[in-house]
Amino acid sequence: MSEDLDTFRAETRDWLEANCPAEMRRPFRSEADVCWGGRHFEFSSAAQKLWLDRMGAKGWTVPDWPRAYGGGGLSAAEAKVLREEMARLGCRPPLNSFGISMLGPALLKYGSEAQKLEHLPPIARGEIRWCQGYSEPNAGSDLASLATRAEDRGDHFLVNGQKVWTSYADQADWIFCLVRTDPSDKHGGISFVLFDMETPGVSTRPILLISGYSPFCETFFDDVSVPKRNLVGELNKGWDVAKYLLGHEREMISGMGLGGGEVSLGAVAVEAFGTEADGRVDAPVLRGRIALFEVRAAAFRAMSEKFMDELKARRVHPAQPSMMKYVGTELNKQRFELAMAAGGSDALEWESERSRGGATARAWLRTKANSIEGGTSEIQLNIVAKRILQLPGA
Amino acid sequence: MPLFHTDEQAMLLDSARPFMVEQAPVAHLRGLRDAKDATGFAPGLWRQFAEMGFCGMLVDEAEGGLGLGAVEAGIVLEEMGRNLTPSPFLATSVGAVTALRGGSATQRGTWLPRIASGEAVAALAIDEGPHHRPARTALRAERAGNGFRLSGTKSFVQHGHVADLLIVAARSGGEPGEEEGITLFAVERGAEGLHATPERLADASLASRIAFEGVTVDADAVIGEVGTGWATLARTLDMVRTGAASELLGVAAGAMAMTIGYLKERKQFGVAIGSFQVLQHRAAHLYAELEVARAATLKAQQLLDAEDEGAERAVMVAKAMAGLAAQLAVQEGVQMHGGIGMTDDYDIGLYMKRHRVLAELFGDADFHADRLARLAGY
Ligand SMILES: Cc1cc2nc3c(=O)[nH]c(=O)nc-3n(C[C@H](O)[C@H](O)[C@H](O)COP(=O)(O)OP(=O)(O)OC[C@H]3O[C@@H](n4cnc5c(N)ncnc54)[C@H](O)[C@@H]3O)c2cc1C
Repeated sequence: MSEDLDTFRAETRDWLEANCPAEMRRPFRSEADVCWGGRHFEFSSAAQKLWLDRMGAKGWTVPDWPRAYGGGGLSAAEAKVLREEMARLGCRPPLNSFGISMLGPALLKYGSEAQKLEHLPPIARGEIRWCQGYSEPNAGSDLASLATRAEDRGDHFLVNGQKVWTSYADQADWIFCLVRTDPSDKHGGISFVLFDMETPGVSTRPILLISGYSPFCETFFDDVSVPKRNLVGELNKGWDVAKYLLGHEREMISGMGLGGGEVSLGAVAVEAFGTEADGRVDAPVLRGRIALFEVRAAAFRAMSEKFMDELKARRVHPAQPSMMKYVGTELNKQRFELAMAAGGSDALEWESERSRGGATARAWLRTKANSIEGGTSEIQLNIVAKRILQLPGA
Repeated sequence: MPLFHTDEQAMLLDSARPFMVEQAPVAHLRGLRDAKDATGFAPGLWRQFAEMGFCGMLVDEAEGGLGLGAVEAGIVLEEMGRNLTPSPFLATSVGAVTALRGGSATQRGTWLPRIASGEAVAALAIDEGPHHRPARTALRAERAGNGFRLSGTKSFVQHGHVADLLIVAARSGGEPGEEEGITLFAVERGAEGLHATPERLADASLASRIAFEGVTVDADAVIGEVGTGWATLARTLDMVRTGAASELLGVAAGAMAMTIGYLKERKQFGVAIGSFQVLQHRAAHLYAELEVARAATLKAQQLLDAEDEGAERAVMVAKAMAGLAAQLAVQEGVQMHGGIGMTDDYDIGLYMKRHRVLAELFGDADFHADRLARLAGY
């Protein structure tokens, strides 16, 4: 087996070296470098599109999904080798997608065969971009109090209501959406449906963020007709699907604590402060803070590996993603606080060329959402206290 | 001296607070930002500052001011912080006025009455890199004719592109890193070879990089004595650092007030989110941190006004602690607002941005903690 894995590693390395364009082996510089795919996506370069097409054709955007659904059919061990080899070469992820990280796993578990065949391959190839219609103005942390109605009209549901904070709703092709199908039962009256954002009656209004970007929207549904075949799982049992999907969302968001391919904090500090004669960054207090942060970050990388291995072996407590999300996102916020402290007044520039349009400051502000999106840190801690620690009253 | 405001100081607060709320609330900052205003503050508001007596509050009465001190300046600055009011008050009315106190009779006569009346705006050109390191000053001042030629660059100069007067720290002797050999200059706007490039910062304020390309100034532009400007610079910095601490307290208090309001109003799970004990404890903790920072800041102000030896250390404590407390306040503020806290429409994010800039200005908590350690010999 390990010999097979060695062969697989060598072949993977060769393939990546031959197929990953040089441009796609550099760290992300800004949001514009991220590939989201979808009907309306404008690729930032030919290389970005080529990389997606090649990886998509091989099923390596979703290496461990079955081949029948557009995946790579790799074992957990092979998928890990692929990740390692991509990291070694510095390959960018070819596709960033809520379809991959959230809807896909939920469909694999709860979807009908027809739904899997219809939706999974386009996700794998980056052809259809999804958004998540969960939160509503009065249903945030208390998601199950959502009010968007879906009435049974024989062959279809008629959907009316409003969602909020829907990330990229204005650029997405389809939405996975929680709707109320039974007003008398809070958790037991929610259903999980899918529909095209081009269906008549769907409209979106972007909300500007403190980072100056506008990635999320208010989304309105006015007599939207959703075919019944787009109901995932059973009627009124959508909460189970929603919770399962949230676990995957939390896993994905906790990955932020691992940091991307960006420059190290130590290097930023050396650049901004210079060094003392012995080569240490000339800012002792900050140096100590960065060093302690790196200890936590390295430990969290180990935890992530442990978590992924246990997850694949189905040995993880179902509430463990909450712990991971909490730690990972708090860590990522700290990383960017330190990046701002290290960068000083340079990092505060908002529009200048030398700050690449305020890239650090905007990324710093964006991280403040990490502990809010996908369920706040407070909610994650409540879940840990209640479901893992089994504390009374929690 | 008791660590609370005197009756006179409380009266000043009673006029500064409604003034800022009415004339320069957060909407004022938003307006300037959305209009892509190129000045960085509203000149009309600055005239009103003058009418209120704020501009020259630290100027001696003989020179047209009110002859007040750091405590009073702090009262105005805290209200500015609470309302995120953009204004050249800190650099002009606190920084430049303190620096000019050590200046010649001509310098004082030329500038102080104009500052007090709101005619002149000043900027402090001290830092040269992305971090505050005043002893590292490298901008050269070479003797030329009957005066000096200044060459080098400055960074992070708030209002530097519109200031009538620049207070410039330059090196006439010694090496970067030394306190000896620093000379302060009063440089007028429009001097030949002076190029200011304003950059917009995250909080929508404007700070300039300034290039001095052989700017020649007369000998009487020197503030105090040649080569011994450090003492005046240090006094000036103590005043502006304490001022920035007050503004940070205001930012913290403003963010906290918004957050407490939201905790009472926002309902989830059928109750006000403020009824969750985890949020109650954190709100109470924030209150405690803020009270501590407030005491440290008032202590520094009083010691500065009493010209007490312990003032310098108290200033380091105040600037660092106010920065940390305000950081907690804005971070908790955004977090406890949930998704709405991430939106540009809502004000809490503006508090987060202003905190960042003020925390960096004149040395962040790391810088001051390091100085305290060095002073204590470890
Ligand atoms: C960048 C970003 C992207 C997002 N993308 C999407 C998306 O694509 N689709 C989507 O549906 N939603 C999305 N969201 C919404 C997100 O899931 C919600 O913002 C989140 O669940 C919190 O809800 P809320 O904003 O209503 O905050 P609230 O629920 O009002 O919370 C306010 C504060 O109260 C605290 N609180 C609430 N309840 C408790 C409790 N029981 N105990 C202790 N503290 C509590 C919270 O932790 C928070 O600090 C996104 C949010 C952000 C910021």
